[in-house]
Amino acid sequence: MSLFELRNVSYRYPGAGQSALEGITLDVEAGSVFAMLGPNGSGKSTLLRVLLGELETSDGSVTFSGRPSDSWGRREIAMEVAFVPQAEPMAFPMNVRSLVEMGRYPHIGVLGRMGPEDRAAVDGAMERAGIMDLGGRSIRNLSGGERQRVRIARALAQEPKILVLDEPTAALDLHFEMETFELMRELTEEHSFTVVVATHNLNLAARYASRLLLLSKGHIEALGSPDDVITADTIGRVYRWPVLVTAPEGLGPGAGAPQVVPLSHDGSTSSG
Amino acid sequence: MTRHAVLLVGLVAAFAVSLVVGLAVGAVGIPIGEVLEALTGSGDPRTRTIVVGLRLPRVLLAAEVGAGLAISGAVFQALLRNPLAEPYVLGVSSGAAVGAVTAIVFGMTTTSMFALPIAAFSGAVVAITLVLGMAAAAGRGLDTHVLLLAGVVIGAFFNAIILLLVNFADLETFRAAMLWIMGSFSGATSESVTTVAVWVLPALLALTLLARPLNLMSVGEQSAFHLGVDVGKLKLMLYVGTSLVVGVCVAGSGAIGFVGLVVPHALRLVGGSDHRWLLPACALTGGAFLVLADTIARTVVAPAELPVGVVTALAGVPVFLWLLIRYQEGT
Repeated sequence: MSLFELRNVSYRYPGAGQSALEGITLDVEAGSVFAMLGPNGSGKSTLLRVLLGELETSDGSVTFSGRPSDSWGRREIAMEVAFVPQAEPMAFPMNVRSLVEMGRYPHIGVLGRMGPEDRAAVDGAMERAGIMDLGGRSIRNLSGGERQRVRIARALAQEPKILVLDEPTAALDLHFEMETFELMRELTEEHSFTVVVATHNLNLAARYASRLLLLSKGHIEALGSPDDVITADTIGRVYRWPVLVTAPEGLGPGAGAPQVVPLSHDGSTSSG
Repeated sequence: MTRHAVLLVGLVAAFAVSLVVGLAVGAVGIPIGEVLEALTGSGDPRTRTIVVGLRLPRVLLAAEVGAGLAISGAVFQALLRNPLAEPYVLGVSSGAAVGAVTAIVFGMTTTSMFALPIAAFSGAVVAITLVLGMAAAAGRGLDTHVLLLAGVVIGAFFNAIILLLVNFADLETFRAAMLWIMGSFSGATSESVTTVAVWVLPALLALTLLARPLNLMSVGEQSAFHLGVDVGKLKLMLYVGTSLVVGVCVAGSGAIGFVGLVVPHALRLVGGSDHRWLLPACALTGGAFLVLADTIARTVVAPAELPVGVVTALAGVPVFLWLLIRYQEGT
């Protein structure tokens, strides 16, 4: 079943000369990792925001679970879909547990109180994100990787069916990056989540996602399985840089997935 | 009891003490026993006149305005995710003062008791719209420097308008209008206490009830939206609510600065940023702070008076600095 259905969607920012998205038709199926790829400024974040109802389409339609996405109430949809932003303002000191508890807002509302099931959901989310020992710490004293895990825990505390992440590993080292992708795989394989992720990491997207979308200047350049999308020709053209695509074995999950190796500018693999 | 509950009980006690101090201290010192006698309607009639007739309206007005300005400061800070936002710094108080002075100069206050609060509220709405519009036009998002600069410029502009308006007025109106620029409780009457109470207390209650979605707003509008908050509706309610509170407070006592900056800051350092505790704590502490500031304003150079805004700045800034150093990291 399609969770998100986009039909001929266009979006133009107010006052902008060009459309940020043009003629996007797309289905996101339940129960898998769906990755959005594309160069800087290709429209990944805009597409996420349109998908989630944050931006109203200039043209075309977006439906979620068979209903127009603008017919969903804010709290109603927040119980189904959780979003992990790239970064958040940290104007005030706040401890980790109270940040994760914010994920219960769709369930308890403006005046409700946290019940036992809310506390259990918060505990479960913190455990799954691996931040049980950080509960009393101030968010300001955490590293970038730890902050990101706090935001993931808050999203999981919403108990959604769909997790949407906007460049979740942009500022993270290899360890946190792998942990994040492993978590996405675990959520989809063991907890029947659907994950939508915008990322710059082509290789991890090819290994962990079952379907890829490659955007270029607001258009769909390629859409399909990793083998369909990650080709030397397509990647080289969209990123305007020569690449080699290989399919190494022994990568664990996603073995045989196409992997991109950027060449030096004259087309060789080494600078020597 | 949780830590926040303990802190709130302490603040209630401190608030009560500040009220008694405000009633006891003045040009004529009155022992606390006699203050309590006067409040219950017994004791010496002359003492009763001073305590109930003169000081009580002033103390109550200061408490209401302090509560209103401190909560408004905390709400602006969360809405704009900017610890330096405050009605006075953002020029909102000056906008409200222009509204109030316009109503007075053009004699609208004599025709309706609603004229002054409504004029001040409209001035506050115009000011916040101009400041946010300027900040949005000058830069991406709500950059701290652009926002504060816009607030300072709008505030200066509105103060110039007040001076322009009163320039054409008679001396009595001029003196009254100056109070709106400097801030003073010398005009407090039981009527002004009632007017402020009728508008401000329900608005403060409503703002306090929105504490949980306000917590979500303080981590960014995008995150709040995806956590289930109707951001557009919430922002409208919060801006209207704070403009109403600031407008009516300024109509009652003029533009008093730093209460909305110092009180929420100090309380965040002590008890963290959760608005479910922060907003009630702001009401109690802001109230106590202005009652004590006004007590100082009317006693240190007695029989003359200082503008209370001078006292809030002189007293508030060192306290804030001390707290900043004492609790570097508070949650």
